[in-house]
Amino acid sequence: MTLIITGTTISIPSIKQLEELSGENVKLCMQCATCTGMCPMAAEMDHSPRMVMHLSQFGMLDRLAGSNTYWKCASCHACTVKCPRGIDIAKVMEALRQRVLRKNTNFIEPSALSAERIAELPQIAMVAAFRKLTS
Amino acid sequence: MCDADNTTTKKTIRVATGDRAILPEGAKTIPVYIMGKKYEVPETLTIMKAMEYAGFKFLRGAGCRGGICGACPTVYRMAGDYKLHFGLACQTVVEADMYLAQIPFFPANRAEYNIEEIGGAAEAIHALYPELFRCVACNLCTKACPMDVDVLGYISALKQGNIKKAAELSFDCIQCGLCASRCMGEIPQYHIAQLARRVYGRYIQPRAEHLQKRVGEIESGKYDAMLQELSAMSKEDLEKCYVEREREPDLAPPGTWQPKETRYL
Amino acid sequence: MKISYYPGCTLKTKAANLEAAAVASLAVLGVEVEEIDRWNCCGAVFSLTADDLIHQVGPVRNLVRAKEKGADQLVTLCSMCYNTLARANRIVRDDTVKRDTINRFMDDEIDYAGEVEVVHMLTFLAREVGWQKIREAVKVPLTGLRVSPYYGCTLQRPADVGIEPFGSFSLMTGLLEALGATVVPFAAADTCCGSYQVLNGEGGAKSTAAVIINDAAQAGAEALATSCPLCEYNLGKRQEQLITSGQVEAPVPTFYFTQLLAVALGVAPESCLFDLNDAASLALLKNKNCLVAA
Ligand code: SF4
Ligand code: SF4
Ligand code: FES
Repeated sequence: MTLIITGTTISIPSIKQLEELSGENVKLCMQCATCTGMCPMAAEMDHSPRMVMHLSQFGMLDRLAGSNTYWKCASCHACTVKCPRGIDIAKVMEALRQRVLRKNTNFIEPSALSAERIAELPQIAMVAAFRKLTS
Repeated sequence: MCDADNTTTKKTIRVATGDRAILPEGAKTIPVYIMGKKYEVPETLTIMKAMEYAGFKFLRGAGCRGGICGACPTVYRMAGDYKLHFGLACQTVVEADMYLAQIPFFPANRAEYNIEEIGGAAEAIHALYPELFRCVACNLCTKACPMDVDVLGYISALKQGNIKKAAELSFDCIQCGLCASRCMGEIPQYHIAQLARRVYGRYIQPRAEHLQKRVGEIESGKYDAMLQELSAMSKEDLEKCYVEREREPDLAPPGTWQPKETRYL
Repeated sequence: MKISYYPGCTLKTKAANLEAAAVASLAVLGVEVEEIDRWNCCGAVFSLTADDLIHQVGPVRNLVRAKEKGADQLVTLCSMCYNTLARANRIVRDDTVKRDTINRFMDDEIDYAGEVEVVHMLTFLAREVGWQKIREAVKVPLTGLRVSPYYGCTLQRPADVGIEPFGSFSLMTGLLEALGATVVPFAAADTCCGSYQVLNGEGGAKSTAAVIINDAAQAGAEALATSCPLCEYNLGKRQEQLITSGQVEAPVPTFYFTQLLAVALGVAPESCLFDLNDAASLALLKNKNCLVAA
């Protein structure tokens, strides 16, 4: 992916918002892609964690609007513990989810789950998924 | 409920209507705010009577007037304080500088089910109300409950699959819906609790054998003659019969008292 | 010895085997388990946004319950509960501003400042019971049973609540060795099982689960030991589907570490609720003569 960055693509307010929500400094990222290498879900993702970090560094969150990456993140912190720059990438992913969820939008619908599915799932699966993927 | 101004113009005398509150002589009045507007009301009245005194008429949002139907939930705040308080309009006495809001109905999700079909497992409740798992344990529900029900407690019990505990903890619920109006997880706690009590009653609680036996006796016609006898009596005889009826002494230890008339036992 | 114990919702239903085996084992080891009163769901996952404190209230409320009981330790079994409770505890301990905000919001509870320590059962067993004592108490050694200790994410990450350093699996290894089992290390011991992604489309959670199971099998394991009901679901309950779809070659039954502890201590298999595991689990233990004679 070639990223063309101009004065109009970069968004300082978006960077700020992301940093406020996550408590992380995305500009520390040096694009080494250790996060992508560690991520168990990377194969499922539209954008790799490294790409998400790259776009985040420039506040280009519009480019991430339809991406499944932060929804596929399992918050497992595999990336976090190995990041040589000490960034908690899982927190950045959560911030990207929260930007959407805080506007009263669900990513998955609890009521769409079938009774059979609910009957077999352990409670923590639902509690966890509703926390991470519903508003 | 309709707006005060409509009704007061027609009625010139401002007295409480509906339950005919009798105002004690020289009763002091205090200011309360109904939908943000100030009214002077006698200090001895309940919120419901005070609103009627102020000219509001309850078409909905009132039922039993006895604190049991759950139709009259009210949220209020005292001037100068941030804290929200919750009560039943028919039970809570007005205080000076109360800001009142009636919540007669809350659009809480209510699942449809046939109790005979869903079975007695906790998963049946989970399937009808998966939003249960969105509880964050903020406890705002318990704080809001005018019946002192441990709402978070019964929600937690249901998450843990404990229907019996949920049924017992929610026993005093009157379905007012105040809990749901405060819920961070958008959970209809009271509807879920009602389902839990129904499942408990239908599938878990042991059947009352003596009740089944008695129903059988009634159905077999054991009491038909007695009923006919009573229906044929004159009013005077019936009254006499009633006054002279045998009664268990109030403080008799259980199981010790037997009536003399044993034909219908 | 007596411990205050936080179970977690799933341990009262689908993971009752995790709890039952632990309680039975602790009884054998002379530890009395006292479940805290009026506990609520921990939230299962820790909230990662810096300004979000409402999701810390649930876990902290449980710690308040433990404090009310006069406990200085709260022992947990479920890895997810452990992680969520321990991290919320960290916030309250380390960040006085957040602590005050949480306490002010919870005006229905006593103030909490992190007085209680959240302890995972593995840590408790190592620290307060000791492998030596467990080794001596073993009645049915798990000789010849080749088990891989599977930690998943939440026992070790992030580092400040990890029960041991990232990349080290000494606690479960120590326990399994004390029980006489052969420990089989494998590379995917801390790979995420897919977690709650199981509710977000089929692909992700299934393929990560397959990686873990196959990796353990290749390393020579015939069983996996875990402490998390969601891992157990993704790796154990759904294993049959993974075999049917061809993603997993040979079955690797999953156990809770407490079940292996219990059978080794001579607890009757019925008390370990193996009917909640996949069918192959009990069969494997029978095969290996790891069960106490009826
Ligand atoms: S539990 Fe909810 S609906 Fe029931 S009485 Fe309390 S606040 Fe009202
Ligand atoms: S108000 Fe809702 S989210 Fe809060 S404790 Fe009650 S049920 Fe749970
Ligand atoms: S009118 Fe029934 S509870 Fe108030």
